[in-house]
Amino acid sequence: MNARLRTTLAAALSVLLLGGAAAYCVSAVLDYQARQASTATTKSASIGAHGGSERIVFRSTTPDADYGLVASVAANAPDEARRVSSTVCDRVYSEAGTTVCLRIDRGILTTFSANLLADDGTPASVWALPGIPSRARVSNDGTLVAFTSFVTGESYASIGFSTATRIVDTAGADHGNLEEFTLLLDGEPNTAVDRNFWGVTFADDDSTFYATGATGGTTWLVRGDLEARTLTGIRPGAECPSLSPDGSRIAYKKNVSTTGSVHWAVAVLDLTTNEETVLNDPRSIDDQVEWLDDETLLYAVPRSGATGDSDVWSASASGGGEPALFIEHASSPSVVRE
Amino acid sequence: MYISFTDRGRQGGSATRRAGKVSSVVVTLGVVSLLTDISSESVASILPLYITGALGLSTIAYGFIDGIYQGVSAVVRIGGGWASDHADRPKWVAFGGYAVSALAKVALLFASGFAAVAAVITVDRLGKGIRTAPRDALITVNSDPQMLGRSFGVHRMLDTVGAALGPLIAFLILFFVPTGYQLVFVVSLACALLGVCLLGLLVPGRRPRRERVALGEVPVPFRWRGLNQPRMRRIVLAAGVFALLTVGDGFIYLVLQARSPFAALWFPLLYVGTNVAFFVFAVPLGRLADRFGRARVFVLGHTALLAAYACAALPVGGAIVTVACLVLLGVFYAATDGVLAALAAQFAPRDSTASGIAAAQTVVAVGRLLGATGFGVLWFAAGREAAVLIVAAALAVAIPLLYLLLRPLSSAEAASTAEPIEPAQ
Repeated sequence: MNARLRTTLAAALSVLLLGGAAAYCVSAVLDYQARQASTATTKSASIGAHGGSERIVFRSTTPDADYGLVASVAANAPDEARRVSSTVCDRVYSEAGTTVCLRIDRGILTTFSANLLADDGTPASVWALPGIPSRARVSNDGTLVAFTSFVTGESYASIGFSTATRIVDTAGADHGNLEEFTLLLDGEPNTAVDRNFWGVTFADDDSTFYATGATGGTTWLVRGDLEARTLTGIRPGAECPSLSPDGSRIAYKKNVSTTGSVHWAVAVLDLTTNEETVLNDPRSIDDQVEWLDDETLLYAVPRSGATGDSDVWSASASGGGEPALFIEHASSPSVVRE
Repeated sequence: MYISFTDRGRQGGSATRRAGKVSSVVVTLGVVSLLTDISSESVASILPLYITGALGLSTIAYGFIDGIYQGVSAVVRIGGGWASDHADRPKWVAFGGYAVSALAKVALLFASGFAAVAAVITVDRLGKGIRTAPRDALITVNSDPQMLGRSFGVHRMLDTVGAALGPLIAFLILFFVPTGYQLVFVVSLACALLGVCLLGLLVPGRRPRRERVALGEVPVPFRWRGLNQPRMRRIVLAAGVFALLTVGDGFIYLVLQARSPFAALWFPLLYVGTNVAFFVFAVPLGRLADRFGRARVFVLGHTALLAAYACAALPVGGAIVTVACLVLLGVFYAATDGVLAALAAQFAPRDSTASGIAAAQTVVAVGRLLGATGFGVLWFAAGREAAVLIVAAALAVAIPLLYLLLRPLSSAEAASTAEPIEPAQ
């Protein structure tokens, strides 16, 4: 091959490969927009009520115009038509009039934020997050809000896995990052630099909460005290706790794999008897569980073969029976009891 | 696509030099790196989102992938350098490395689930490890020895453009199609394939050893021992000590984030600032290295790192301090990354260029890994600001000492500007 032929071939390949990729992207975008337009429905600005009954607020993952929007269904009729709002969230939690929405602010320069939403869905307070949103919770009376994000910059390599969890108060007080709290493991204060905390759940007294703490490769279920600013390890290997409405049990995910890979099972711990029940869902459940009532758990499971789509399933907290499909194309469920 | 950078500014300066032009082969290699960086960085930047958002895994798993991502390439790098020197075919060893990464991108289209993604990423990094040293050897053999610093500067500048464009393109795609991960993978594959094709078609398959033999030189058979000569030892030692004192951008960003509300707000984007500064300063500092001495610029470039540490640990934390810190980090990379490759290429035994470069780069990679780990321990023991100050103090001591260590090289460089360099035996 002479030089000229090589240059011509290189030019042709450049046009073909870059042009082909660009054309593929443009057609995919147009396709996506057309699908959006054809499935567009009227959106209510607010996260609507359902005739005064209990409702489930969640993130819609239908692969159409409603993707990523906050939606709701009546708790007693989850498979009836959902109300879809115009608010975009990547993780949402709503309770007693307080809605926290964690968001990936997509753009050329992508950033991440936690938002407290006003009734019309607009952000009333905003916090910048240091990375991809993970978990969000609101206390039962709607006064305390917790959110967790990953700490993801470009050079994660030197840092490894890291999370940031913050608790704020709707009245304006900021309780700060949980890493600033005193961590007590086996009664001893632990100041390890690799401490990480995620997945908060609140008790009803506005001071006690539970969360996951990790240090030195071990994860702990920790009990937090907002007034004393302490976190006490109470059980190893339990992550993303969720307190039952009556406060007697905690559901969490635990790694039950015996090999190097991770397999998450949901377990329920009775706080009085310290007895643990592992649910018999054979799938790996990587979510912070939500309680529908004192007997039923809700959690999201990714749909196989569908990118970014998941369903919410319900399962008995006592471990009996089979898990059942609860809301299709949904993630991040929260039960609004107000 | 085929650009050459003509430098019209300083032709009067040294009449004996050829017109100040960086070889078109170097520019092509830069474009190949640009495309390959778009390919790997577009995927790397959305990987956390893909794993958490699309595959529904928590990022504990991601940290594991990322460990593989960084560790693998250092190990195979030495092998790539050796293969390149041994076969006397730097182009085709580099080609093999680029091709392996491109094939990994094909596999990514079909990978689902954590194990598959982890495997694909590992293969991608393997390719990077294989290609780096032979590619830098190609830059060397296609450059005027007196402009080696500038050649590497141009290459690293284009490389950084790719590293900046990759995330930009990826997030632009996700902006239009929130679940468009597959689109990102397709674009990534197209860029990787084009990079491999351009390398194969446009870069001449030179055989440095055979060319020298044809000119009547006696070939120097490759021996690991050949790398163990005084000047190389000094380079590798200096690079290693400096690498141990380089704590990693991630930690500096974390310190900034904890101290400055501005840095906290922009935390996920701080690396962009560093990349922009690297891009801006890569060529000027490469030129400076050619004129002022590569060893000197390499050592003094670490004062920028020292200043960045100072900025991070300063008790004031405003927007200006954050921006200054990012710029200083970029200057540090611009003054050390390509310059170290040029320095190693210059002083490696004639027929062991790729191995010499690989040795220096592997020492840096391993040193930085240890440095970051050690800094983690120090952070734990001494606290955030104190840890930075301790490393800064050690660096402040190391800079003058290593300056003295590398001084014989600076005089050798000065002598070599009159005639082509003859490495010491």
